Amino acid sequence: MGKYRDFTEENANEKAGKIIAGIEPVTEDPSIRKKMLLKKKRLHRVRKFKEWLTFSGFLVPSLAGVTMFFFWPLFMLLQTSFQKSSSNTDFIGFRNYERVLHNEAFKSASLNTLEFAAKAVPLAVVLALLLAILLNSGLPGKSVFRSILLNPMMVPVASVVLIWQVFFSFNGVVNGWTGPLFGWVEDWLKSDYSQGVVLILFLWKNLGYNMVLFLAALNNIPNEILESAMIDGAGSFKRFFKIKMHYLSPTIFFVAIMSLISSFKIFREVYLLSGDYPYEKLYMLQNFMNNAFTHLDYSKLSAGAMVMLVVMVFIVGVLFFAESRFDRDVED
Amino acid sequence: MDNELKKQRRLAATKARRNIYIETTHPDSFFESMSEAEREAFFKKERKRSKKAIRRRKVNHSILVTLGLIIAGIAAVLALIPIFYTFLNSFMSSAEIQDNYGVVFQSLSGHAKNGAKYMTKTPVLRMVPQRVTIEQYKSLLFMSPTYLLKFWNSIILVVPIVAGQMILACLASYSFARYRKKRREVLFFAYIILMLMPFQVTLVPNYMIADKLHILNTFWAIILPGVFSTFAIFLLTKYMRQIPSAYIEAAKLDGASEWQIFTRIAIPACKSAIFALTILLFIDYWNMVEQPIVLLKDADKQPLSVFLSQINEKEIGIAFAASALYMIPPLLIFLRGEEYLVEGISRSGVK
Repeated sequence: MGKYRDFTEENANEKAGKIIAGIEPVTEDPSIRKKMLLKKKRLHRVRKFKEWLTFSGFLVPSLAGVTMFFFWPLFMLLQTSFQKSSSNTDFIGFRNYERVLHNEAFKSASLNTLEFAAKAVPLAVVLALLLAILLNSGLPGKSVFRSILLNPMMVPVASVVLIWQVFFSFNGVVNGWTGPLFGWVEDWLKSDYSQGVVLILFLWKNLGYNMVLFLAALNNIPNEILESAMIDGAGSFKRFFKIKMHYLSPTIFFVAIMSLISSFKIFREVYLLSGDYPYEKLYMLQNFMNNAFTHLDYSKLSAGAMVMLVVMVFIVGVLFFAESRFDRDVED
Repeated sequence: MDNELKKQRRLAATKARRNIYIETTHPDSFFESMSEAEREAFFKKERKRSKKAIRRRKVNHSILVTLGLIIAGIAAVLALIPIFYTFLNSFMSSAEIQDNYGVVFQSLSGHAKNGAKYMTKTPVLRMVPQRVTIEQYKSLLFMSPTYLLKFWNSIILVVPIVAGQMILACLASYSFARYRKKRREVLFFAYIILMLMPFQVTLVPNYMIADKLHILNTFWAIILPGVFSTFAIFLLTKYMRQIPSAYIEAAKLDGASEWQIFTRIAIPACKSAIFALTILLFIDYWNMVEQPIVLLKDADKQPLSVFLSQINEKEIGIAFAASALYMIPPLLIFLRGEEYLVEGISRSGVK
């Protein structure tokens, strides 16, 4: 025997009933030994099962509810999306999906939602990063600014919508400024600028949260690396783009995912600002769903929801994949 | 001066500026070519120059700091304006509000799309009301019982959801954190996907199941899916996996049962995360609009968030006070738990 014990040999010996020197046998009698081994195996299985049972016990309350309220209805959703209507359960294949995808309202709603996300996510990431860098650059009163900027996150949107209306309605404050100054009057909430107004609300609410995430990430960059780069003669720009960005990339992805999710939830703000039927630029997917609810067209609704589900899973999957790729980069 | 020397000097100066001392290859070669007087003059000039440079750098630095402060200050003011504005205007008298802001609501959603007219009269941005009264609060709290009812609705909806979801999340995330077999991980991934789903997707299933269970138009239709939402589980599992396994092993050797490990080790270790999550959940559900407007048809059962959006011209006199009162619970919670919140958020993004 070398450095490691040769178990194959041991097993062979065991089968033959031999006793090897150096290993204490459980008993002299090989038949009893076999029995003991079996017992040990059984005990091991029982212990494994017990472990599984306890941890499943911790999970059961949640899993039961989630199955009841999410998994099962999602399955029902899949079912109804292939049915003619809620009363007529004939299988009609993909016709519901065709109906939804050819629906003008659905098309414009998804386009608007995507357009908003395409504007909101990069802005939310970049502005929050700039703010975090600003606060992290040795500015006095850093924690005061941090809590002030985090404040909007805590304020319910329903409360501040009033202020947005006061500012941006046709007879609002902003027009009171731009009218006399530039002779330019715009009905902000009912024009192509309406997405911009909602974008301001979105940024106002989310920048603080993103900024705190970036501040934490900036503090986590090891100082020694920055110092050694400085000694090697890297300027501040080079240090930022070559080192800090490298360490920040997982956080950037995390923030992007969170912002993307909250940008899909923007319906709340739109509804509070302009009700059920907003200006067409603001007509989001959730508006479409809500208005479809009033018509009670279940099969169309479920087909729509399924389409969104697939798209969401795809987007999130791509982001997670990219994130894990970057993660590996950072660990290297 | 030849080029090589010039280059060397520039390099040395750069290093010196960054407080790094590195010997140049031929430190003396530059000076050896000079006479005594020349050297003297050179040093004098250099000393003067470096003094000037230091002064300039100081000025530059302070300019940069003030610039940064100004930008941060502007951001802070922008962040706070809507909040202060609401609070300050809530002390205006109803008549003043009607007078000042009545014009705003004539062009809003309830009216025809092209019916709005620009009236050249716009509201004055008034921070301090002409006459400070608590008239709005009085009429809100004593004259209109609907407001209190809606406030109560909000509380009745939010408190059970947050409490229930946190309890379930603690249990489930302990399981996910400690027992990591393949099938469990797949289930966990399904939970993550559920957490990421926007309301557009989950609302239809919610509606269907509520319809099946005959709980549509009751509070249960919102509370139950809220309690079983998987948002908290995702983040809590992340924290629980950070608990050093040595703690748990030690407890096990001392004969602690899983339940004891859970209550004595896992929960205390995640205290800040639990606080932060409670705050986040509270604000999220305090804010909810989508679920009530779909699942609750009765206007009496709607929470305050929906009600506030329906404030129209007639009720604008009390709108500011209503908004201000609605803001107070989350803001109080924020003031109490800001530390935990910041810590919780920070740790969620950094691995």
